[in-house]
Amino acid sequence: MTGTVTATLLALCPLLLGAGFLLGRRTAHPDGRSDVGTPVERATFETLHTASLAAPALRAGLTEDTARKSARRLRTLLGTDALALTNRSAVLAWDGTAEQAHAKYVMEEVTPVLAAGRSVAFDCGCDAVDCPLRWAVAAPVVADGRVLGAVVAYAPRESAVLARAADEVARWVSVQLELAELDRSRTRLIEAEIKALRAQISPHFIFNSLAAIASFVRTDPERARELLLEFADFTRYSFRRHGEFTTLADELHSIDQYLALVRARFGDRLAVTLQIAPEVLPVTLPFLCLQPLVENAVKHGLEGAVTRSRISIRATDAGAEAEVVIEDDGVGMDPDALRAILRGEADGSTGIGLSNVDERLRQVFGDTYGLVIETEVGAGMKITVRIPKYRAGVYAP
Amino acid sequence: MNEAYAIPAVAVVVLATVLIGGFGLRISRTTSDFYVASRTVGPRLNAAAISGEYLSAASFLGVAGLLLVHGPDMLWYPVGYTAGYLVLLVFVAAPLRRSGAYTLPDFAEGRLESREVRRVVSMFVVGAGWLYLVPQLQGAGLTLQILTGAPRWFGGALVAAVVILAVAAGGMRSITFVQAFQYWLKLTALLVPAFFLVLAWHGDGGSPPTFPSTDLPSAGVGAGQPLATSRADHPLYATYGLIVATFLGTMGLPHVVVRFYTSPNGRAARRTTVVVLALVGVFYLLPPLYGWLGRIYAPELTAAQDADATVLLLPGRMVDGVAGDLLGALVAGGAFAAFLSTASGLTMAVAGVVSQDVLPARGVRHFRLGVLLAMAVPLGGALLVDGVPVADAVGMAFAVSASSFCPLLVLGIWWRRLTPPGALAGLFLGGGSALLAVTLTVSGAATSGWLHTLLAWPAVWSVPVGFLAMILVSLATPDAIPTHTTATMTRLHLPETLWSGSLRPPGLQGRGELRDQPYTTRTHDEAQGPTARREHK
Repeated sequence: MTGTVTATLLALCPLLLGAGFLLGRRTAHPDGRSDVGTPVERATFETLHTASLAAPALRAGLTEDTARKSARRLRTLLGTDALALTNRSAVLAWDGTAEQAHAKYVMEEVTPVLAAGRSVAFDCGCDAVDCPLRWAVAAPVVADGRVLGAVVAYAPRESAVLARAADEVARWVSVQLELAELDRSRTRLIEAEIKALRAQISPHFIFNSLAAIASFVRTDPERARELLLEFADFTRYSFRRHGEFTTLADELHSIDQYLALVRARFGDRLAVTLQIAPEVLPVTLPFLCLQPLVENAVKHGLEGAVTRSRISIRATDAGAEAEVVIEDDGVGMDPDALRAILRGEADGSTGIGLSNVDERLRQVFGDTYGLVIETEVGAGMKITVRIPKYRAGVYAP
Repeated sequence: MNEAYAIPAVAVVVLATVLIGGFGLRISRTTSDFYVASRTVGPRLNAAAISGEYLSAASFLGVAGLLLVHGPDMLWYPVGYTAGYLVLLVFVAAPLRRSGAYTLPDFAEGRLESREVRRVVSMFVVGAGWLYLVPQLQGAGLTLQILTGAPRWFGGALVAAVVILAVAAGGMRSITFVQAFQYWLKLTALLVPAFFLVLAWHGDGGSPPTFPSTDLPSAGVGAGQPLATSRADHPLYATYGLIVATFLGTMGLPHVVVRFYTSPNGRAARRTTVVVLALVGVFYLLPPLYGWLGRIYAPELTAAQDADATVLLLPGRMVDGVAGDLLGALVAGGAFAAFLSTASGLTMAVAGVVSQDVLPARGVRHFRLGVLLAMAVPLGGALLVDGVPVADAVGMAFAVSASSFCPLLVLGIWWRRLTPPGALAGLFLGGGSALLAVTLTVSGAATSGWLHTLLAWPAVWSVPVGFLAMILVSLATPDAIPTHTTATMTRLHLPETLWSGSLRPPGLQGRGELRDQPYTTRTHDEAQGPTARREHK
């Protein structure tokens, strides 16, 4: 008796899981409708769907690989027998029939298109009797005012509709490629910002640290030596060239060296508490993404405060994530000003560290992993960073 | 069994677990002892934690019970439970750590670059985790029933409640320390009473127990034990089934896998496994001793359904008065530690997978919901299923793990040509058939004959099925080999110190665990200064 019940229960487990999955999906997209719409609407949907399938490939730029992936979709979109995608010098992809016979003449025919940036219709001049490709239209793909290539659509006979459609598709491809360019420049910008961050550490901090070390040279040579070594280690880590990612252990270690150098200057005015769960030390995270937060806390803590300031750094284990909390009892910040900084609207260099860290975390782990900052003027600041323990493609060097 | 001692013992174990879990973090007030606060978990500590999490109710209670009922053949259980780590050590430990994966779904996604495989693996992880949790809760029910006379469901519900509260409330922040503590507690709880029991046995004249040459009549074991008949019918096949399942199943247990993430590098993971082998090996010397003594002093337990209670009852039987009660209380506390540690480790692992992969498109933290779900289903199962011996039920979880995760891990790590379709086929055919067989066995679909034996010990055929399906389908789909296979394989098999190719900034891993990194990457002579200095502190 209980056996049967158990069997049913065990058999239900996968079903329950599946149901939960579907329920989650369903509630996540609450406006999923069941009616299918008129034929025109359906055609629109289909077109949009095909276009959306071609988009991801094109967003990676125009290469042989992406051209091959998207040409298939674009041909479905145009409904032609054959379609070619070229760049300025070669045919990147041919989708459809009669590749042998026609592909070698494509570049010849598109030369005027590439030169003028206007679409051209031409007769294929095919000798084969059974060849379905008699006529073609080539439309330029233009991004940022430069002609990057052409979309060539083939048809059995002349067609004004196809000419128009090919034009539109080429324009759509152009927009996707422009977006791809935008993506690339955003990545470049972030890379530049990382470089700037590395460089940013230098001037003030280096001078102050060296001055502080110098003050120990006579009175406490042993400490001066230690500090110099910390300084060397710290700068070596910060200026390292390779690798976008690091481990939490390495990052915390660099933070420790940073704090040692700061305390050489400010002595007892700075009290630091560390509380670290050893389980999370191997977590991989973007390079230099905690150090700016600590620097920020130190700045806020020491700014204007004559008394001791406290900083606490906590790293705890939270299942499949690690949680790092950096807290100071310093001057705090106006939440609206902070919001502006995180949106990238603030001018000057204030908080560029914060927004850079926020942006990189979102870029690597997704939008749900941005910084969470709790602050108010005069009320200190608490920054919470959540880091997933594993994310495909994120490896420390 | 005297309640007046046992209940406080259980309470103390629960309290200590919660306290260490909540406050056991290393805290440093100044950065000068930064190295204390942020030292990575060394192999010994991590190994104790793995052992603590691994030694479950099946080990603590079940092995002795099986030995009592079925005799020395059952020694294959402790052997298998231990030897699984040898396979893990040789084939999996270091590459798994180097893959950077936290859970098995992570590994599948990283190696095969496929979300589908990830999703299927997570379903299997949840399934195997649930199968493993059921006997833990049942064991708790049995223990509390014997200690206090409370109904069977109460113990399971209690453990479930404690685990949910501790895990969901974030109380398990220092899980490594908790689990390491639990290992030593469990070892003490068996070792100290064992010492006195052997003394008592020696005082009684020291006659060895007799095991009947033929197995006991199955009717005497209780109708609720479906596996007993098959074992009696085909002992050799059943033994091989057990060996295959335990040898190959250990590497896929979700709560064991997540612990390797804590090791700082692949080399440390390997050393950890060696220490685990030693710790687990020492522990498994003890339960057979209890089974052996139980044969002399409590043979009637074979007739009742409570052979699993041998360990709990022996101290009271063999040592009189307060001493016996105290020893009994110690054993009871250890048993409870076994349920708590394994259950909390499994719940953490399953909840992590549930919240990441089963409840999609939420983004926000719903780990707590995952904890509830991870515990609710096995609790229901434990209340419904009754009477499967604890060690057998765990054996089924091992069989499922061996038929699904073992092919995935071994082929994923050692075979370049594994493809996502191949992995899916192996998971479904190997793991799926094992899961089905286990379900049919528990439901009592076949109660005798070869069919029953095959279903009750599926690993012998389901593991080859899993491997074959993975290999054949992978060979048939050579186009689907993931793009970055070479890079991934390189990362899995090269020591970390060779990864970057250029000078690696000396990190904590180099300092806290200096011995783990013999290839020091620093070239500048002066730079060795602080490293040496830190070591002396």
